[in-house]
Formats: sequence, structure tokens, C-alpha cells
Amino acid sequence: MSEIDLQAVSKHYGAVRAVDRISLRAAEGKFLVLLGPSGCGKSTVLRLIAGLEDVTRGRILIGGRDVTRLDPDKRRISMVFQSYALFPHLTVAENIVFGLKVRRTPAAERGERLARVAELVGLTEQLARKPAQLSGGQRQRVALARAIVAENRICLMDEPLSNLDAQLRHGMRVEIRALQQRLGMTVVYVTHDQVEAMSMADRVILMREGRIEQEGTPEELYARPASTFAARFIGTPSMNLVALEDGAGGAVIRGAPASTVLPGGGAGRILGLRPEHIRLVGAGGVPGVVSNAEYHGADTILTVQVGAESLLARAPGRVELGEGAAVRLGWEPGDMHLFDAASGARIDLRQDALQPA
Amino acid sequence: MRHVYGWLLLTPAALLLVGFTHFPAAATLFDSLFSTGTVVRPSRFVALGNYAALADDPIFWQVLGNNLWFALGTIPTSMAIAMLMAIWVNDRLPARALVRMAYFTPTVLPMIAVANLWLFFYTPQIGLLDQLNAWLLGAPSHNWLGDPATVLACTMVMVVWKEAGFFMIFYLAALQSLPPELEEAAKMEGSSRWYFFRRVTFPLLMPTTLFVLVNATINSFKLVDHLFILTKGGPDNASSLLLYYIYQVAFSFFDTAYASTLTVILLLLLAGLALVQFQLVERRVHYR
Repeated sequence: MSEIDLQAVSKHYGAVRAVDRISLRAAEGKFLVLLGPSGCGKSTVLRLIAGLEDVTRGRILIGGRDVTRLDPDKRRISMVFQSYALFPHLTVAENIVFGLKVRRTPAAERGERLARVAELVGLTEQLARKPAQLSGGQRQRVALARAIVAENRICLMDEPLSNLDAQLRHGMRVEIRALQQRLGMTVVYVTHDQVEAMSMADRVILMREGRIEQEGTPEELYARPASTFAARFIGTPSMNLVALEDGAGGAVIRGAPASTVLPGGGAGRILGLRPEHIRLVGAGGVPGVVSNAEYHGADTILTVQVGAESLLARAPGRVELGEGAAVRLGWEPGDMHLFDAASGARIDLRQDALQPA
Repeated sequence: MRHVYGWLLLTPAALLLVGFTHFPAAATLFDSLFSTGTVVRPSRFVALGNYAALADDPIFWQVLGNNLWFALGTIPTSMAIAMLMAIWVNDRLPARALVRMAYFTPTVLPMIAVANLWLFFYTPQIGLLDQLNAWLLGAPSHNWLGDPATVLACTMVMVVWKEAGFFMIFYLAALQSLPPELEEAAKMEGSSRWYFFRRVTFPLLMPTTLFVLVNATINSFKLVDHLFILTKGGPDNASSLLLYYIYQVAFSFFDTAYASTLTVILLLLLAGLALVQFQLVERRVHYR
């Protein structure tokens, strides 16, 4: 009933292809995140689903019904805007039931649903206030309440947490996810924050320049990035991407002939290594020199110069290593990712071809 | 020393303000308590004598009545038209800049020019209005500005035409400051354009409406330039307004004391109106 299906949907603004032949499917009751840097077209995709923008080409189906040319209100969708779009002159209660009033829901039912939703998002005390008298988090709740009071099966959210401070953001992430699960809504959620995507999504669609770069579960995006772009986008600090070159015993890190990491040639290839997968080892491994150590409390982020490349390594706890200290870096062979330098595409490694570095 | 410096900076502006605003106002009030002096009979203190004469002056009452009708006829109409035009040109429509400019043009024209223009419309027989009337309805010629029954309405139509574009600019500015997401949010809920206007746009425009209302009211007592061109207040004072009457009393009849009295009344009237408007509308206005 509430499955969303985009079939080769495009949106052009003149010569600009904001959305370029996107096909995606949001399964019923699932949390789908559209992730990407600003200007990648993710918000446009959301607005196309909502019906606030006209599709240039392609079809949009909701629950099997073609809604491509349908008005927004006929699509039975709710939306939470980045700026919340609350009516400043109406009270919280009036804001929440605005849509019910438009649809002439009887007053008794309206009151009932208002009470239920206000309870759900914890706004019961604030119903008589105006939006200007609320904190950012409370305004966010009003926007959420307005979206769920309609009891639509689908809810679209356009960067709903970007106006909140970091602490509140964590709390709201948990709450939105819990609410979605409890109500069984299909949610399409737009964000540029990979933490939100990783922690909330059932499925993530990573977008770049109007196209889908990679689609999968958060685990898949983390474990098998399809390109250097995806590799860089997911994870903090982001994945180390170092250029390889041909060495005597196989592929070596650029400028470090003693650092054989893979058999075969290295030229034209990029090695990807997540900082959290790099360990400091006593013997073996790849030699490097510490150029910076950043203490974060639970761990320390070391910047290590290896040949012409510098790598970030995350070491647990406090590491007493000053600038210029010589270290050796090691990692599990399975944690290596290989990319083509020209196209940025992932090169799959055969597990048996790997040797410990 | 710093006080001296501050006062020195304030002096030029203060001198101009006192010289051209506060002193004349006080002098007007003072003059209204004396009779107009002549060579034979010098000016003397008459207390509220001038005000008593004013209460007995039928022309004063007629002119005041004219002015109230003039205000009632022009203010709501020009404001409603202004709001409509603003909403229309705020939309995405072809040649939007051209339409906006067209609406604003009457505002930049001097009132004297506007009056001359409309004089041609209203002129009997050869005027646009009579020509159209004869052509479409076959109606006989009518002296629009010479008939006491139509003259005030004629000046009102012209003032609405001139003022609406000016007020439109304020509404347009207010509309452009409304975030477009509000309309999108309402659209998602299926609200019609009219419902959205009634429940959201109109209430959010209330501060602008108040501002425009105060300005329109003051304008309706200030705008008399057209009378010099169109009617000179006639026929039989049927189109005369309070300020024009003040001008006549002061500079045609040279009764400066009585003109001062009328001026005091006009000032009191405007101050009272502004107070009432702010009190009344404030309760219904949403300030962000």
C-alpha cells in the first residue's frame, strides 16, 4: 500500500539535470535515507515524490498507483520541512490540526487525534503556545506531529535535524526512528549527515550529481563502498585513500618502496583503508612517521606519513607518540579496499590473492 | 565636554525641527485663540470663539462630511486592490516585472499630472468617459465634474487608481518575506488557494495592513492637489476636502485665525484616528 517506486525519474531545470534517470524503491514500512552532499539532487527527489516539483521524465508509483501527475494532497503523503514550515500566527494545536481542518475532519475526531499525537511527541503542555515561544527541538516536534496526525502511511523528511544542536540531534534521531517503527510508516529521509544515515536507515541511497552512486544497507555501504566517493562519504574520519605504485615485490604505497601491500601492479590503483582498521604493530607492517596526534578522549587520531601519502589511524585511548615518532602500521587483509584511480570504481579483490601486509 | 559635542551635533537637526515643525504647530494653536487682525481692528484674544464659529459653519460640516466619505470610499478599495495586485504579481507569471511596473506607474506620477490626465477622461462630450458612454450605451453627455452628485465619486476613483499601486509595493514586500515552505506545507495538506489566503497569508499580512491603513488614512486628509486642477472644491463645495478648505480660508479669504482653528481640528482628528487604529488593530495583529 505504501511502497514508493521511482522509475527512471528525471528533473531538468533548463540544461541542468538536477535529477538524472533515478530509479529507486522504498519498501513498505522501511526507513529509506537519501544521502549526499549539497546539490546532489536528493532534496529534489523528495520534492518530486511529494509532488511539489513536476517530473520531467519517468514515472512515480505509490502503492502501485501512478501518481506522476497527481497533486500533492492526492498522494496521501506527509512531509516535514527543513525549516519546519510552521505557521507563526497559529498555536501549536492549530498548526497540528491545520490539515485536518482543511479536510473538514469533525471537531470531536480532530481533538481526539490532536491529543493522541501531542502525547506521542510530548507536546501536551505546549499546545496553546505559538511557535516563536518554543525551542528548536519543540518546533521540530510540532512539525513531526503535523506530519503524523494525518495518519498517512508515507512520511517525507527533508533534513529535519539540520537546524538543531548536536545534543538534541542525537535524541531526535532516536525518537524519529522509534516513531517510524512504532507507526510502521514508510519514511524517505533526506540528509547530508552520514551519521544520521548510518544510525537510522534500513536502506541508504547515496547520491552524487543527480545520480545514484550506491544503494544498500548501512552495513553494505560501510563494508563495500562502490567508489572512492562512497568511501570518502561514509565513516568519520573518512577512509584513507592512498595512491599505489609498482614496487619490487608488488604494489606499494606511493613513495614508500618498502611498503608492499598487495601482490601485482599498483600503478593506477588506489588503496582504501579505514582509520579504525589500522593498528600500530611492533614488527612487520608498513613503516611510517607520526606527523600529528589528535587526542579525542576515547581514542587518538594519528596522522602517519607513509612515503608520499599520509594516513589517519585511530588508536584506542591515549597514545603517547610525538611528532616524528617512527611507527609500523598493520591491518587485516580483508579490511583493504581497492579502487581504480581513473574511474574511482571499486576493484574487487579475490580473498585468496591477499597476503598479510 | 562630551555633552557640548553631542549637543553641537544635534543642533542643526533640532533647529530645523523646532523652526519648521514644533514652533508652527504651537503658533497655530496659539493663533486659533485670537481673532484675525486687520488694519482697523487689531487681533485680540477670543478664547474659544473661533471654535464656536466653526461649530456654526455649514461649509465646515459639509467639507468634513465630504472628507469622511472620501476616506471611506478610497481607503478600503485601494487597500483591497493593492493586496490583490500584490498577490497576483507575486506569482510566477510572464512579464512579471512589466506588470509590476505598470501597476506602480500611477504612484510615481505627480498628482497634478494625474489630475490633468483624468480631467480629459471626465470632460463632457469629448472626454473618454462620455465617448465610451455614447458609443456603448448611447447615453447622453454628462458633466461628471460639474454635477454635485458625481463629482466626489469621480475624484475618489482617480485617487484609488493612484494610491493602489503605492500600497501594492508594501504588500509585495511583505509577501516576499513569507517563506515559500508555508504554502508548500499547506499544499501537502490539500488546502485551496483561498483557504491558504484566509488562514495564513491574510493574518500574516496584518502588520502591513495596519501600516498601510494608517498611511492611507493620513493620505486621505492630505491629498488635495487634484482639487486645484479638477474642481477647485466645487461645485458648491461638493468635492472640497478639509485641507483644501483650510487653504481657501487662509489664502483666498485671508482669515488666518480661522484657518488655524481648522488646522488644529484636522490635527486632532488625525491623531485620534491613528490612536484608535493602533489600539484596535494591535489586538488582531501578529508580529513575528
